[in-house]
Amino acid sequence: MSRSVATRIGAEPGKATRSVILIIVGLVFIIPILAMLQFTFRAGLSGGYTFAHWTALFDPAQASNYSILVVGIGNSLILAVVTVGIVLVVLLPTMILVHLQFPRLRRVLEIVCIVPITVPAIVLVVGLAPVYSVVVSIFGGDTWTLAFAYGITVLPYAYRAIQSNLGAIDMITLSEAGRSLGASWLRVLWHVILPNLRRGIIAASFIAVAVVLGEFTIASLLNRINIQTALLQLAQTDGYVAVIFALLSLIVVFVILLLIGRMGRNRGNRSTS
Amino acid sequence: MTITTSTSTSSIGSAAPGANVQLIDVVKDYSGQRALDGVTLSINPGEFIALLGPSGCGKTTALRALSGLELVDGGHILIDGKDVVDVPVNKRDIGMVFQSYSLFPHLTAGENVEFGLRMRKVGAAERRRRAAETLELVGLDHHVGRYAHQLSGGQQQRVALARALVTKPRVLLLDEPLSALDAKVRVQLREEIRRIQTELSITTLFVTHDQEEALAIADRVAVMRAGNIEQVGTPEELYSKPATPFVAEFVGLTNRVTGVVSGGTVELLGQRLPLVQADAPDGEVRVYLRPEHITLSSSGIPATVVTSSFLGSHRRTNVRLEDGSVISLQHSARLVPAPGEAVHLELSGAPVTVGPS
Repeated sequence: MSRSVATRIGAEPGKATRSVILIIVGLVFIIPILAMLQFTFRAGLSGGYTFAHWTALFDPAQASNYSILVVGIGNSLILAVVTVGIVLVVLLPTMILVHLQFPRLRRVLEIVCIVPITVPAIVLVVGLAPVYSVVVSIFGGDTWTLAFAYGITVLPYAYRAIQSNLGAIDMITLSEAGRSLGASWLRVLWHVILPNLRRGIIAASFIAVAVVLGEFTIASLLNRINIQTALLQLAQTDGYVAVIFALLSLIVVFVILLLIGRMGRNRGNRSTS
Repeated sequence: MTITTSTSTSSIGSAAPGANVQLIDVVKDYSGQRALDGVTLSINPGEFIALLGPSGCGKTTALRALSGLELVDGGHILIDGKDVVDVPVNKRDIGMVFQSYSLFPHLTAGENVEFGLRMRKVGAAERRRRAAETLELVGLDHHVGRYAHQLSGGQQQRVALARALVTKPRVLLLDEPLSALDAKVRVQLREEIRRIQTELSITTLFVTHDQEEALAIADRVAVMRAGNIEQVGTPEELYSKPATPFVAEFVGLTNRVTGVVSGGTVELLGQRLPLVQADAPDGEVRVYLRPEHITLSSSGIPATVVTSSFLGSHRRTNVRLEDGSVISLQHSARLVPAPGEAVHLELSGAPVTVGPS
């Protein structure tokens, strides 16, 4: 009996089962998106369809209505850049240093980096509110300062992306080889480590961008404008445009995740060749 | 695999003779655990020395100390008379081949070989020329554009060797470079390494736990045990005159037989043999006897054949002595003793190593 159970557990689902699962999961995702798309073409309560909501986006006369969105998009892009900067300047060197020089600290670093995923954003904001009073006194109240909080929220994802790359390559031996060939630590970092961590760095950066573009709670509770809070405000006056931008942001994030997946697949192909 | 042997006079081939290397009382501790306990070793210019020993004996630590990858806690490391203990690894001018494949995955074979030259700011044209020459030296000049994942393990280690040699280092360090390869490639590559080392006259330290590899490739072999060097000598010396019981047992096959030392010789199995250690004190000892120093004869020590194995050029036979102990002997493959057959043995009279009983 145990043998048959083991076989069942280990067995791969059949093609038909896989197709059914794929269709169900696909429908769960696609139905709301199609509903959103259909909504953007609706002509009010009359039941007809129109392109007016889409063409209105390009109407100069309506531009002032969308200024909050422009500000939100601008802020989110700045936040994305600064957050990626924090990941690359703080997290990446720390991970490389721990991996190469302080391997005993790997577990500690992993726990520290994974913890934020267990903390709900609302709890994070409660903790961050007093911190931000200090941040504002030092850096001012500009929206970009939210990147400090986002740097924490993206930590688990960025850590995993970089760690999986670090773990796939014998970076210690490569570094030692570089050193034995006459390279200083800085040149080893530039010529050996970073090129081999390229995929992990790009994946971490894309994930950071995706998280920042989708973040609402922290920005809303700390009274900052980003794309998500702007969409909410816009939805109160023009629900159609808000849904159009929500759709577009979904597509952007989808494309980003697609790119990350493609990079992962390429890496898999390369390692098995 | 076909090995291309280069005989061209390249710039790498005209490298200056290797450096003189000395390790003097080198000490290294890991968290209170002594890895190197006063290691002293002298390597002559152009000499090929193998560091041989079991896992954890400190041989890789000694090599890494010489390379600068490990900082030592005491002693001196001299290259051409200059103490390099405080010189960082990238300034020591050494070439190193690692146990695990260490080619940079993002670079082609050619770019890997060029790496050391790039770090030394050699011009692009000169880099390419020297990389091509060195790849030719290791028989891989047609693989210059391939990445590591497109090369076999043996090819990767050849490229790693070319990469280590292209900068014309003063010392070449090889840290078990053949251990990840299959047996056939291992033998081919070790012969290639020896050929290239001889051609370049580069001082070389080769770490291995494989005694056959060490004996086959090195000018001299240093046998290490527990952070110390037990004996340094030519392969012949180590095999025929092991200075300690550990060396006798670690290098080659050996039988352990009880004997009695008296008057500078040892008596065992009713025969008297000369000693390797002339100063061995009188009394009961354990004698280390090579299988090939025991022969089958028409008379002598009575024994019964237990098993006999055909090993190609020779045959190894295990026999039980009258006291119940079993020993091995090596003889011509033409003789085929049957299990259970009564035989007689004779000792060749070669000097033997003794240790505490």
